Amino acid sequence: MQFFLNAPMIGFYIISLCILGCAVMLLSFQRVIYMALAIGGVFIGCAAIYILLGADFVGAAQLLIYAGAITILIMFAIMLTNHEAADPPHKWTPRNILSAVGAVLLGAVLLLVIRSTTWPPAVDADVNGGNSNPVAVGLALFQNYTVPFELVSLLLIVGMVGAVILARERKEDEDE
Amino acid sequence: MSGTFPIPTGSLLALGAILFCIGLYGALTKRNLIIVLVSIELMLNAANINLVTFSRLGVAPNISGQVFALFTITVAAAEIAVGLALLLAIFRVRRTTEVQDLDVHKH
Repeated sequence: MQFFLNAPMIGFYIISLCILGCAVMLLSFQRVIYMALAIGGVFIGCAAIYILLGADFVGAAQLLIYAGAITILIMFAIMLTNHEAADPPHKWTPRNILSAVGAVLLGAVLLLVIRSTTWPPAVDADVNGGNSNPVAVGLALFQNYTVPFELVSLLLIVGMVGAVILARERKEDEDE
Repeated sequence: MSGTFPIPTGSLLALGAILFCIGLYGALTKRNLIIVLVSIELMLNAANINLVTFSRLGVAPNISGQVFALFTITVAAAEIAVGLALLLAIFRVRRTTEVQDLDVHKH
């Protein structure tokens, strides 16, 4: 079992531990603002996993969009609403028990299926076709996925305009 | 170019599965609407890890998985922007972000 000892595997296990630790902290913190910090850790860990897998551009996009923009957006939302909000101490209500049982069951089934499947051995596959990773992603985006790419830009415009309209202060709200 | 390292596929998929289940539990039990949205982002991240993992496999390993992951990231960004705008609009009317206070019949 020599692959347990090489450097990428050790890095992978450390990063996985960080991601899962941050995710568990997200569940266990009481203060909402600490939960937002924990989710930032999860996003940065995922970016590290992508870069470890050779997906440099996805890793950079993850860092910029998730760890940068979305985490800050969430913090702004928390600050604009009641930022003192805190969850009450965790109790085993029927809803919590059912959710935990469902999540654990789903996780067990998924892990069993993953374990019982024989995956092809991880090879040093060259997915980039000789180019650097960002060049390969750009070529794929503009040669094979041009229409989805343009549609996504439309979606972003619609989402941005919708967010501005929804979050705008309106006159009739003040009358109430 | 850093290249791909031979990390076993099963370990990566297991990481994605566990992350997805943590996100599912958070989305089902958390009381704050912002944290429910964040838990959904966690589940999307787990799916992204799977997409990037599968991009290396198959008869002809190609870059499509990474492109799909990019699309998912974009859609998630749009989703969280609209979701937080909705949350601000709700907070302005109801003065709360707790999930159970948003029930129309109880109000």
